[in-house]
Amino acid sequence: MATRHLMASLIAAVAMAGTSTAAFAATEITWWHAMGGELGAKLEAIATKYNESQSDYKVVPVFKGTYPETLTAAIAAFRAGQQPHIVQVFEVGTGTMMAAKGAVYPVYQLMKDAGEPFDPKAFLPSVVGYYTDTEGNMLSMPFNSSTPVLYYNKTVFEKAGLDPNTPPKTWEEMESFSKKIMDSGAAKCGFTTGWVSWVQTENLSAWHNQQIGTLENGFGGLKTELTYNNPLVAKHWANLKKWQDAGIFQYGGKGGGNDAPPKFYSQECAMYMNSSASRAGVLANSKDFQVGVAMLPHYADVKPQNSIIGGATLWVLQGKKDAEYKGVADFFSYLSSAEVQADWHQGTGYLPITQASYELSQKQGYYDKNPGADVSIKQITLNEPTANSKGLRFGSYVQIRDIIDEEFQQVLSGAKTSEVALGDLVKRGNALLREFEAANAN
Amino acid sequence: MQTKRTIFPNKVLPYFLLAPQLVITGIFFFWPAGQAIWQSFLREDAFGFKTTFVWLANYTALFEDPNYLNSLQVTLVFSVCVAALSLGLALLLAVCVDRLIKGASGYTTLLLWPYAVAPAIAGVLWWFLFNPTIGILPFIMERLGYNWDHALNSTDAMILVVVAASWKQISYNFIFFLAGLQSIPLSLREAAAIDGAGPFKRFFTITLPLLSPTSFFLMVVNVVYAMFDTFGIIHATTEGGPAQSTNILVYKVYADGFIGLNLGSSAAQSVILMGIVILLTFVQFRYVERRVAY
Repeated sequence: MATRHLMASLIAAVAMAGTSTAAFAATEITWWHAMGGELGAKLEAIATKYNESQSDYKVVPVFKGTYPETLTAAIAAFRAGQQPHIVQVFEVGTGTMMAAKGAVYPVYQLMKDAGEPFDPKAFLPSVVGYYTDTEGNMLSMPFNSSTPVLYYNKTVFEKAGLDPNTPPKTWEEMESFSKKIMDSGAAKCGFTTGWVSWVQTENLSAWHNQQIGTLENGFGGLKTELTYNNPLVAKHWANLKKWQDAGIFQYGGKGGGNDAPPKFYSQECAMYMNSSASRAGVLANSKDFQVGVAMLPHYADVKPQNSIIGGATLWVLQGKKDAEYKGVADFFSYLSSAEVQADWHQGTGYLPITQASYELSQKQGYYDKNPGADVSIKQITLNEPTANSKGLRFGSYVQIRDIIDEEFQQVLSGAKTSEVALGDLVKRGNALLREFEAANAN
Repeated sequence: MQTKRTIFPNKVLPYFLLAPQLVITGIFFFWPAGQAIWQSFLREDAFGFKTTFVWLANYTALFEDPNYLNSLQVTLVFSVCVAALSLGLALLLAVCVDRLIKGASGYTTLLLWPYAVAPAIAGVLWWFLFNPTIGILPFIMERLGYNWDHALNSTDAMILVVVAASWKQISYNFIFFLAGLQSIPLSLREAAAIDGAGPFKRFFTITLPLLSPTSFFLMVVNVVYAMFDTFGIIHATTEGGPAQSTNILVYKVYADGFIGLNLGSSAAQSVILMGIVILLTFVQFRYVERRVAY
């Protein structure tokens, strides 16, 4: 009898232990992201810190490759019912995600349902504007936003007899400075650039307050049509071709322009335009020379407007349990806190996306210790965004970016003039937009 | 001659023995192929919420798309160049090795190595060699007065992918050519030599015709290789650029489907590719069985 009692209570105890651990096991939240290398390590650190800060939820970050690969993987997973809770989608995938209403759990809705305090006004207007719908609701959670800036080699400037503290402000100065640098033999080429599409086309247009698509650059709906063939872009692309022929400009390749950074790091090119998030890479690779950071150049006859962002936001996918969504909301609150954001901003060069994190970084004296680190935020907030400088929202934009690269290559190789290339770009892009409209129309 | 046939009375057993192969073929070939055909008649958003049956709209759109026609042309140029270059060089190497008395097996082993290299690795190797910024070959070519830039120049890009793809395939062709050469009786060539035919005459009138079954087989295999197995090379070097000048059909299927998320068009393109493979296989079986020449 006694032993039987003992056995029963033992079993009960074991069963109790079993249930209690189950109750205490943290709810897992999967987060698919596209941050490799240094940025990936930083992102993992954020997740680890969050997991240590509480015991209810466990965020599991999974690296899924490049941005397009991550997006494709998430879509395939969603179709198979195996989607993650959170997926990081780059800005050009925004149109695709917004059109997929049944797949996305809008962030404003998520925060409301979970009862988390959430104030879109806490974020920078130029960041929020990119990811809100027409009613002003925030659909995804801003995470890593950057904007292109100009990096320049101060050591080369000095050798060429230029003032290392006076970077070129206009494209006219870019040309004359480059000539001076090349004539003095301080460097072989004036400048190179990453992301011809993002930097030399989209941001160029926003910076000069020029429209690139009807209906507020696509924010107004699926019926938008591209207008890249504006005189400004035509003039700029023609100039880039002219400067390439003169050796002032060197092309870094399609997409992100993989060949551009080595040209700047090896001091072959004295100046280099790329994302503010390239800052860590630039600093790590410029051991032999001093680097300065400046705003993007503009044409002298135009007052600069503001630049637009790139980078990615976090989208929440439908089809999970409410308890898990509570965890997602909790994690998002943690993620947008001033401390986490300031740390992420300072460690990576991405923009401080909330006012609070910008102020915190100022208070910490980060910008005094790191001159040039606030160029990006000053540039993006230079003026109140207009309909032309709020950003862009087009469907099938991953492909349109490819078309931009292809047409630009035709200009550089001399196969087309910039007007013809931009005309073809608009024609080919609009065909994709109509296809997207047909596939997503209600 | 009398043949003895064994009759198995069991009617079920053969199907049972065939079952594993049939199941594998069904799951990995017929099912996906059927899905591709079905998908090619649909227009769908990326997430699959809205599906419309559009009949042949995806196909007609393809043949009205100058980029697709361009891709067909690029594929043709690419496959012909790869087949010609790799067959030509492989034959040259095989003829050389065939004449070797000593050390032939050593050469053969070395020449076979590239075949073991994965396409993506081969692509990266050649990408490094030809990289306009850090590559050794553009550096040398610049000294010789040629400004190599496969990021902008379509011809340079095509040369790069053709060279990379051919390099990998030479080994395969080489081993077949060598086997073919060694099966040609020496007496035929000796007889011709005694009749006063020089080495070139002997090669073109005796060796080459006798090699034709091997050559034809290899030609089909090489075209199939160039069209389908070179995805990794294209992806690692040019990604179809510049301006679509190396965008072969297989790469376009990937770019439109996986990057562009246009599943209908991508499916239609793979159905067309499937048709091409069926056609090539048909040609292969029909003519190779009959044996070319003699």
